[in-house]
Amino acid sequence: MTTSPLLPAVNHLELLDITKSFGSTPVLRGLTLSVQKGITTAIVGPSGSGKTTLLRIIAGFDSPDSGVVEFDGGVVAGGPGHAVPAHKRNIGYVAQDGALFPHLSVGENVAFGLDRRAFGRRAARARVAELLGMVSLDAGYADRRPDQLSGGQQQRVALARALARGPSLMLLDEPFSALDAGLRVATRKTVAKTLAETGVTTILVTHDQSEALSFADQVAVMRGGVLAQVGNPFVVYTRPADRATAEFLGDAVILEAHLQGSLAMCALGGIPVRRPTCQGSVQLMLRPEQIRIAEDGNIRGTVVETDFFGPEVTVKIRLHGSAGPAGDGVNGFNGMDGQTVTIRHWNAAMARVGTELRLRVVGEGVAFPA
Amino acid sequence: MATSQRIRETAGRSLGSRPPFGVSATAVLVTLGTLIPLGFVVAVTATTGWETAVDLIVRPRVGELLFNTIALVVLTVPACIVLGVAAAWLVERTDLPGARTASLLLAAPLAVPAFVNSYAWAGTVPSLSGIPGGVLISVLSYYPLVYIPASAMLRRLDSGLEQSAASLGMGPWRVFFRVVLPQLRLAVGGGALLVGLHLLAEYGAYSMIRFDTFTTAILQQFQSTFNSAAANMLASVLVVLCLLLLLAESAARGNARYARIGPGVAAAPAARPLDRWKPAGVLFVLVLIVLALGVPLVNVIRWLIAGGRAVWEVDELATALFQTLGYGVTGAAVTVLAAFPIAWLAVRYGGRFARFLESSNYITSSMPGIVVALAFVTVTINFAYPLYQETPVVIAAYALLFLPRALVNLRAGFAQAPRELEEAAQALGTRPLGAFVRVTLRLTAPAAAAGAALVFLAVSTELTATLVLAPSGVTTLATRFWALSSEIDYAGAAPYALLLILLSLPMTYLLYRQSQKAVGQ
Repeated sequence: MTTSPLLPAVNHLELLDITKSFGSTPVLRGLTLSVQKGITTAIVGPSGSGKTTLLRIIAGFDSPDSGVVEFDGGVVAGGPGHAVPAHKRNIGYVAQDGALFPHLSVGENVAFGLDRRAFGRRAARARVAELLGMVSLDAGYADRRPDQLSGGQQQRVALARALARGPSLMLLDEPFSALDAGLRVATRKTVAKTLAETGVTTILVTHDQSEALSFADQVAVMRGGVLAQVGNPFVVYTRPADRATAEFLGDAVILEAHLQGSLAMCALGGIPVRRPTCQGSVQLMLRPEQIRIAEDGNIRGTVVETDFFGPEVTVKIRLHGSAGPAGDGVNGFNGMDGQTVTIRHWNAAMARVGTELRLRVVGEGVAFPA
Repeated sequence: MATSQRIRETAGRSLGSRPPFGVSATAVLVTLGTLIPLGFVVAVTATTGWETAVDLIVRPRVGELLFNTIALVVLTVPACIVLGVAAAWLVERTDLPGARTASLLLAAPLAVPAFVNSYAWAGTVPSLSGIPGGVLISVLSYYPLVYIPASAMLRRLDSGLEQSAASLGMGPWRVFFRVVLPQLRLAVGGGALLVGLHLLAEYGAYSMIRFDTFTTAILQQFQSTFNSAAANMLASVLVVLCLLLLLAESAARGNARYARIGPGVAAAPAARPLDRWKPAGVLFVLVLIVLALGVPLVNVIRWLIAGGRAVWEVDELATALFQTLGYGVTGAAVTVLAAFPIAWLAVRYGGRFARFLESSNYITSSMPGIVVALAFVTVTINFAYPLYQETPVVIAAYALLFLPRALVNLRAGFAQAPRELEEAAQALGTRPLGAFVRVTLRLTAPAAAAGAALVFLAVSTELTATLVLAPSGVTTLATRFWALSSEIDYAGAAPYALLLILLSLPMTYLLYRQSQKAVGQ
């Protein structure tokens, strides 16, 4: 592999303008992504957005129609004569269902990628035990058959198997989606801990936004074959690039607003907006947790509907129109009576239908062109 | 068998990518090879010329054969369906005593080659002949082809449906005809098609009792006037009959899909009490088993006892057995190898191209053995004379006749080895070829072995094509049995009949087990 003259070898993985079609259906339409060494990236998007195809191109199971994949400072796909086959890329891959070899024991699965000449029988066995330990499995599991393991254990074995060769990049294709809720969180934590300890660069593909936000250092939101936004999970969640991204990543309160300078006037009063990209009539996005019930709040509303689910209750509130110092009839927003917002609250007793509440908005909103 | 042929797996396909050229090319070559019989029929019909062809086809003798053959199909197929479904229902869905044993014994007659069955009946009722004789022997030999898929399907049917129907006010008979039978349609239709194809292709069983069908007439014609236009024209008519059967079956199947039995465990079928019908049910099953399995076994044993030590001509037996094993092993290996690329393309890539390859292979292998044999005789005489009556041609004919047996098994095997596993091996640093060998080939091995076993056993009891194509001086168990029983040396033929049945038993068991697994997946 030669070092690319185009880019300095800062990024570990570089995808440049990748396109891929299946028949006449375009799946990837000019996708670009940089991944630094040692970090964890989550590619999140609805099903059918091309996530798995992208992962397969990085792994080398598919080749892009156009565009370049650079890895470890060399071109591995795209560009003439540069296709490096999957088995020479040293990229680990954990598939959705683990893809354990059903004809081999757990230990033989984990040892599959070990160089049989470099490892003697005893050394291989020790290495397998060590790898199983890394994914919190007892060495005794080595003699079991894959079908004797639970789904979460199978995924952990698949990870141990992929780690055996010390890959410089680990790809995880929805590895937790087939597990039930409780097991999913526990398995995700084990996997995240193991990957953090080995320091391997990781790309996770998922359609579960909370999984993406909790797992990754960098979240890439994929939609329609391109990345709609790439960034740190907190930034992507609190400052989404567009309304679709905002709504995909979590619940969002969207209000009609008028933006002047960095202040948006809406039914909740004047809300500050950081670095607005547009002015005038906009859609203002707030996260429900930014709207709090507070005795000294200057916004009034009536509870019209509640939905109790244990630790929290969702409360639908009809607003009485903006009030308070910033809301005195500026730009006609006094007439925004009757808009509703849905928020969450921990205290179900405070929110009964018909109760009048006072609300306060915390933090900044995000404005999208109307 | 017919049922699993149509189950299409979608898992593990590489959509959008192209199969390797070498694999496609091999699959196309194999398919072209299997098109030889059909091409032969078209070519001879064309070269014979319209007027000669009409003269040869439109004559009283052909009318008689046509009547016999159609009467055979029209009488035998419904009888097989009624007996097969009734037996399956009794065994699977009622409190029939000894149902487990009966289940296997009812499938066992498949292990008795039809010509051995015919030999046994001819020895028991020497006057047996004509259409009644043909129908009797055919029904007893072929009803398991309906019984096996029907019982597998009945076992898998969710009895919840029947319970719902009962709760909607339907009586037991209406439940059976309106709920159970429609769900059996595909399995039974596939079985009935197989029965029909066997009826058209069988030679030995009918020749033994002097019942003339197209196949027996073609072989007689071939033996008296070698490579004659008359035999070829009869073959064309026979092929048209086969194609009509295939069409009829696919029309009856329509667009119906396989009943999808929901995930999880279907409610176990409750056994319906037979009450006062119990003696009748037991009698029915017993009579069927005695006629289909008892008569041939008793006769073979009777002849063995009558013949005593003298009939065990050890040298001849050993030669025939050795020859049969040789043909069987070679035929099985070649057939599985030929089926490999086609099955791989079908499972991994799907699409129109693979479907075309697969279905043309199914059509060709529904051609009767006699047509395949005639085609190979003509082709070798005209284009490859050094191969005429040589072993490679016999093996090629076997491969062509029995390709679906290997294909069905390999398909199931590849479905057990999804592409993701091969990719996982590649991501672990194994070369593509190594990954294929260490993962896919290893996982497909059991299915390939099962397919090879089925082909092996089919080859070892094959008679018609072997009679025509085998090099002179070569005898197999089937041809030696045929020669002896044609000379009315029934006692001398008995040891061969016994060996043929023993060789077929494992095949029957395999088929039985396979259908139990395949249906409802």
